[in-house]
Amino acid sequence: MKPAPFDYVRPDTLAEACALLAGDEDARLIAGGQTLVPMLAMRLARPARLIDILRLPELAGIREERGAVVVGATTRQAHAERDPVIRASVPMLARVLPWVGHPPTRNRGTVGGSIANADPSAEIPLVAVTLGADIMLATPDGPTSMPADDFFIGPMLTTIGLGECVSAIRFPVWPQPRIGVGFFEISARRSDFAFVAAAAQVALDEEGRCLDAALGVGGVGDRPLPLDVSSLVGTELDAASIAEAVNAASDNLEAMSDLHASAAYRRRVARVLCIRALEQARINASAKSAKGAR
Amino acid sequence: MKVDLRINGVNRSADIEPRKTLLDALRENFLLNGAHAGCEHGVCGACTVLVDGEPVRSCLMFAVQADGYEITTIEGLAPAPGELSVIQDAFCETHGLQCGYCTPGMILAAHALLQHTVTPTREDIVEAISGNICRCTGYGQIIEAVQFAADRLRKANTPRPHHGADKPVVEAK
Repeated sequence: MKPAPFDYVRPDTLAEACALLAGDEDARLIAGGQTLVPMLAMRLARPARLIDILRLPELAGIREERGAVVVGATTRQAHAERDPVIRASVPMLARVLPWVGHPPTRNRGTVGGSIANADPSAEIPLVAVTLGADIMLATPDGPTSMPADDFFIGPMLTTIGLGECVSAIRFPVWPQPRIGVGFFEISARRSDFAFVAAAAQVALDEEGRCLDAALGVGGVGDRPLPLDVSSLVGTELDAASIAEAVNAASDNLEAMSDLHASAAYRRRVARVLCIRALEQARINASAKSAKGAR
Repeated sequence: MKVDLRINGVNRSADIEPRKTLLDALRENFLLNGAHAGCEHGVCGACTVLVDGEPVRSCLMFAVQADGYEITTIEGLAPAPGELSVIQDAFCETHGLQCGYCTPGMILAAHALLQHTVTPTREDIVEAISGNICRCTGYGQIIEAVQFAADRLRKANTPRPHHGADKPVVEAK
């Protein structure tokens, strides 16, 4: 359980980090290291050089923009979990973070690291695709971004190119005052990898009718999947409407089979968790006043 | 590579190979054997130390990454040689340990919890030690120990330092 030797560099700027990364195929970025270091310890990964980006000022911080909250890639998961801006404006992210690893790994693990790692059962990528977040990238040719749904292409696979680095995640903030979120996950034990996870967010008007709804599942396919539940808009999110929308959305759900669960189990559990997540989101939104601040 | 650390309130530095974990550096370079090497890939929690006051797994961090940080190990908790911290004492009193292998990690996780949560619920305690595996006690007496320590600290009527990255974490006496 000792990593193979490597060079370690801690560049002072993001541009320098991208240039180092672009110039060396065997170099890897490290920030929190909570997934990479075990891979190194088991020698499943043997990079020649680690480029430490954790202290780069360009990747730090959480800021509000028009209609969005931009979370810097090196924001620690534990920090995001407690952050008042995230709790108020991206409640789905705040809701799932306690399910990410354990307190000591959240103290080191970063939001951007979880995105770049692209584990199909990970909670932060699930939130990104469900809410339609943008993944912001630093590249040797300057900054760019792409929708989360295009970024994740398979298990631990993303469209990120050589010399590119996730710089931040831009989570959209819904404008409605009555927003609620729901989240459920099934795993072998608390904080272990999810066999199935479902996240939902709904917005209600004063009468309790649905103005907007978003739903996503993780751990089912080879990447987190957003599900279209736009048919719920205008309903009162009653049990029948939710069941109908979830059945339609999860009809052809691509599911994987492995040691832990069969594809049929995952599909069945996904349907149940989707329904529960939407119901929880409705209850959560109903508790909020139409006028008051979120 | 030269690494400067502040360990248990003392500035230390050493020339450390990049691939050496903080755990191995603490044990081999600084001769602090309280952080235990268990699984060495981030599963068991035996190597837990505090980095800037927060519990982290020292096997999942390279010593070079810790450059400039404040590290607290189990050796840094007792108020004086031959004495025990309130939490250490509570573990003894409630039989919160048997073989002792997981104990430094458990105590540091509990220490960090009690620094910012004066009245933890049972769920808070379970969550705080959820990353630490114990194969002897069945966890019941460990939870009892943390509850007992929390109670004693509340009754000690000693102001506890506010939790923050800018300040060293010291045990309430």
